[in-house]
Amino acid sequence: MSGPFLQVSGLTRSFGPIKALDAVAIDAAHDELLVVLGPTGAGKTTLLRTIAGLETPDAGRIAMQGRDILDLDPAQRDVALVFQNFSLYPNWSVRKNLEFPLKAPGRNLDRRQIVERVAWAASVLRIADLLDRDVTSLSGGQMQRVAIGRAIVRKPRMFLMDEPLTNLDAKLREALRVELVSLRRSLAVPMIFVTHDQAEALSMADRIAVLDRGRILQVGTPEQVYQNPVSTAVARQLGQPKINLIRVACENGMWIVGGQPAFQARHDARTARIIGIRPENFHITGGRHPAVVRVVEEMGPCRILLAEWLGEPIHIIAPQSAAVRPGDTIYPDPDPAAVLAWDR
Amino acid sequence: MKALRSVVIAVYFAVAAMPLAWMAVTSFKHTRDTILAQPKYIPALSQSAPHSPLFQVSLEAYRKLNAPYAGTDRTYFNYLVNSVVIGLLSTVASVVLGTFCAYGFSRFRIPGGRDWLFFILSTRFLPPLAVIAPVLTMYRQFDLPNTHLGLVLLYTVFNLSLSVWLMKGFIDDIPRAYEEAALVDGYSRLRAFFLIIIPQASRGMAVTAVFCLIAALNEYGFAMTLNSYRAVTVPVYFAGLQKNIDGIPWPQVAAGVILFVVPVIVFTVLVRRHLLRGVTFGTVKQ
Repeated sequence: MSGPFLQVSGLTRSFGPIKALDAVAIDAAHDELLVVLGPTGAGKTTLLRTIAGLETPDAGRIAMQGRDILDLDPAQRDVALVFQNFSLYPNWSVRKNLEFPLKAPGRNLDRRQIVERVAWAASVLRIADLLDRDVTSLSGGQMQRVAIGRAIVRKPRMFLMDEPLTNLDAKLREALRVELVSLRRSLAVPMIFVTHDQAEALSMADRIAVLDRGRILQVGTPEQVYQNPVSTAVARQLGQPKINLIRVACENGMWIVGGQPAFQARHDARTARIIGIRPENFHITGGRHPAVVRVVEEMGPCRILLAEWLGEPIHIIAPQSAAVRPGDTIYPDPDPAAVLAWDR
Repeated sequence: MKALRSVVIAVYFAVAAMPLAWMAVTSFKHTRDTILAQPKYIPALSQSAPHSPLFQVSLEAYRKLNAPYAGTDRTYFNYLVNSVVIGLLSTVASVVLGTFCAYGFSRFRIPGGRDWLFFILSTRFLPPLAVIAPVLTMYRQFDLPNTHLGLVLLYTVFNLSLSVWLMKGFIDDIPRAYEEAALVDGYSRLRAFFLIIIPQASRGMAVTAVFCLIAALNEYGFAMTLNSYRAVTVPVYFAGLQKNIDGIPWPQVAAGVILFVVPVIVFTVLVRRHLLRGVTFGTVKQ
């Protein structure tokens, strides 16, 4: 097969005056986990719902395996959608929930095949012992396993995941995201995974598409998007704590911050008006200008400092070995090669 | 605290059950025991002194219900069947139509949807009897007076606005994600409606049915105006008893009322589980 598995182009959808999707173009390969990352209200859910067929776009095209699918019903598109809120059918057993997609008209599976498929999905997700429980009695993590089970049980052409881990607690979330990645790999089915959690995006994605206010800002591998964000908006979405963005001017090869020369400018970015320095790209000694530490957050392997530097509040990740306390003065020294710069 | 609650509930129950209990007692009396200055309220097997609270139990009233009603060959039970048939049919029709209609308003963007909903509600703004003359004229055109169909149609229409509004509330409470999951899983919207929405909405449908049934059974004005034979209902029968030349046969009225309300009480008891069930009882994590 040639060309991407899924091709979305010019997808536009407005709700009243709000453009939820504004000429969105993305594609996903045959065996790829594409993460759509964006803040609440960016249009992520609308994008997934439109691909699933639950929402009709105002304009644009969606093709799957080269075939236009916009005129198909959700049922005919053969994609699986996992909702943020699980949406299992209450008062049904886990088994009944898993069987439901297999019993859809047109799937024509006999009783034996249905039992086999359910057993397979249950063993893959390790929920075999829950099959006869009422879903209402399950924990959040168990519910989400069942919801994922309902998605894989009918072996769809593609998975769409709408923040499936958001409602779980942190530990479970991290465990399930690793599981989900390996599950997808073993099934070799493309997946679009929507999230607002940058850590989830970085850890799971083959590629990340950054969505903001209905527009795709950048698509690339996690490395590309993290290290070479095309705009401050993209830069702000990745990294924890957030990237330090500082307004600058450039004079005589130096970046001017708050009226005073701060440090050596990147020679290829003399026209830049905003620079970005990730918190991990500072040394806390050796810089020209002092900074007063306001807050120190203990993170275990490292410390996060909030300091005031050249009149700007900045976050710095300091090694555990650096003994810094609130009120101390440090001399932050940014790694010049890691400084990002934009014209606006 | 618990004792106080029990007391409050007991007192309220006594007050609420009093009329019903009095009806039940009255239905076992002789007529002469119902029109005394000093009421008799304790059942006994034999006749007793005029001032004693004891009265002689009798099934005479129930037997009289089975006797033809003055000037007709029909008994109370014919009227009861009319009421039940008309009440049930119109209730089923109102709830079914109301559920479909409410689903549409709940799930789809309908041009002027809010205005339509208000219009539906506005059909309740006028007392129904205000339109009795035009309804009678129209019904005569279609030969609908004195038919069961006529009253079923009328009660369905009157109850429909209530049904649509109640059901819209219940269906709004059912997360869209349920049926959307079914759509993505390979089901058509109609199947998703029957397999997912209807079971979820059954509680609401039961509640709506109780309201519609009671309204239909109680209706008097139209039932009386549009009917003089065949489809006459129980309320009209009771009214007719007042013209009895021997005075109002209270035990007979009471016996009729008991038989009339028992089915409604049974129905309400049967659906009480649905009436009491919590509003969001699902696994959609909000």
